Amino acid sequence: MLALEDVGRRFASGTEALRGVSLAIAAGDFIALLGPSGCGKSTLLRLLAGLDQPDHGRVSWPGAPAGPGEIGFVFQDPTLLPWASAADNVYLPLRLRGIGRAEARPRVNEALARVGLAGFEHARPAQLSGGMRMRVSIARALLTRPKLLLMDEPFAALDEFTRHRLQEDLLAWWQDAGCTIVFVTHSIYEAAFLARRVILMSARPGRIAGEIDADLPAGPARRLDPAYAALVAAITRRLEESHRAAGQA
Amino acid sequence: MIRIAPALFGLAALALWEGLVRVLAVPAYLVPGPLAILSAFRDDPGGLLAALAATLTVTFAALIAATLLGVALALAVAATPLLRAAIQPWAVALQVTPIVAIAPLIIVWVGDPFAALVVCATIIAFFPVFSATAAGLAAVAPDYLDLFRLNGAGRWQTLRLLRLPSALPYFLAGLRISGGLALVGAVVAEFVAGSGGFATGLAYRLIEAGYRLQIPRMFACLVLLGAAGLAINAALGALERWFLTRR
Repeated sequence: MLALEDVGRRFASGTEALRGVSLAIAAGDFIALLGPSGCGKSTLLRLLAGLDQPDHGRVSWPGAPAGPGEIGFVFQDPTLLPWASAADNVYLPLRLRGIGRAEARPRVNEALARVGLAGFEHARPAQLSGGMRMRVSIARALLTRPKLLLMDEPFAALDEFTRHRLQEDLLAWWQDAGCTIVFVTHSIYEAAFLARRVILMSARPGRIAGEIDADLPAGPARRLDPAYAALVAAITRRLEESHRAAGQA
Repeated sequence: MIRIAPALFGLAALALWEGLVRVLAVPAYLVPGPLAILSAFRDDPGGLLAALAATLTVTFAALIAATLLGVALALAVAATPLLRAAIQPWAVALQVTPIVAIAPLIIVWVGDPFAALVVCATIIAFFPVFSATAAGLAAVAPDYLDLFRLNGAGRWQTLRLLRLPSALPYFLAGLRISGGLALVGAVVAEFVAGSGGFATGLAYRLIEAGYRLQIPRMFACLVLLGAAGLAINAALGALERWFLTRR
């Protein structure tokens, strides 16, 4: 669906954020970009979103390129408008397309219900917990039924209990929506739990350091599955290997 | 107790003041006591209140002009880096120029005394509204701008649905400061214009009373000006709270 070919990005400050990144993303996949701070994960996500352009290589859409609204983006901060209700925040993408509030209301309410926030339509962001705010943010991103959902460490600021619930729910939403997800994280556990492909990245300049297939059996007991623990161990081992290789170089 | 503390403190200070003036037998032309000031006001309440009304008219006209000018310039500055570079230094230059120095020129140039006073007060009052609004328009977090871009928002949509609401608390804080400065500006302009023929404002009455050594009347003018300043500040503060809790 989407391919990066030998992509490099250097900022005006001289920082080389990415070098020689090639990655093919298949429709319907769930990809985790895993790496330390400063490895260019967020830059890569912005390139995929079209918010930034590479200055080497290219980002291509072999099929139909995503039109407006076909790329959803969830930031680390929920980025809700503090003066607007939860429903109005979810409605924003449709409002920007000129769709009337009354016409959008069933879709907005359905999107809020899907993320477990039925009854909170009129709540302001300040009245919601951090986890609920992130749910509103995800409802907003899913509202336009995007082909590609890009997520930039969305659960990094949440407590562990809330994070676990959201990770489990996200897998369900992904199955429902049938979209492709690229999920940036610096948590090995999160990457192992969520993704079907874990892309390991290393820093300065950001490069792809390896890839691990991670298709865990679905189901509520996933976190307790021995395969999950084995996967976490495998990712950890690969990260340590690439660290040692980088140290020798 | 906390609520009535300012009133109690004020009453105690006034009582002490009156007591000291009487015990030390300070003549009224040096320092009048509160009762002398009150009776100076009661000698001519109509004249003083009419003068206050004239000063407040200048103040409000200047505050409205300063708000329109400040917001317009802030929008221009937020629109493009070119306009920002072009306008910002001149706005600062206007702000740091002592109004007392250019007020006589403005009074000569503008001709109409009322308009001249409003122009002077506007120059003093516009900067807080301008700089606070410009800061608010520029303070939108980059993630929000990305969100709007990804959803195909145009400039006008981004301004109306994101930048303007984000800038509202900044604007209101700036407006409150500008409200106080508009009064200061009106008084300063009246001081300068005093001999220029527009002789109805409270600041002019204040100077006039000073020349005639009617010191209690001078103090009465000061008290009225102070009360007007407090009232403007309180009204704009209430407006600020109303907007921010309501939206």
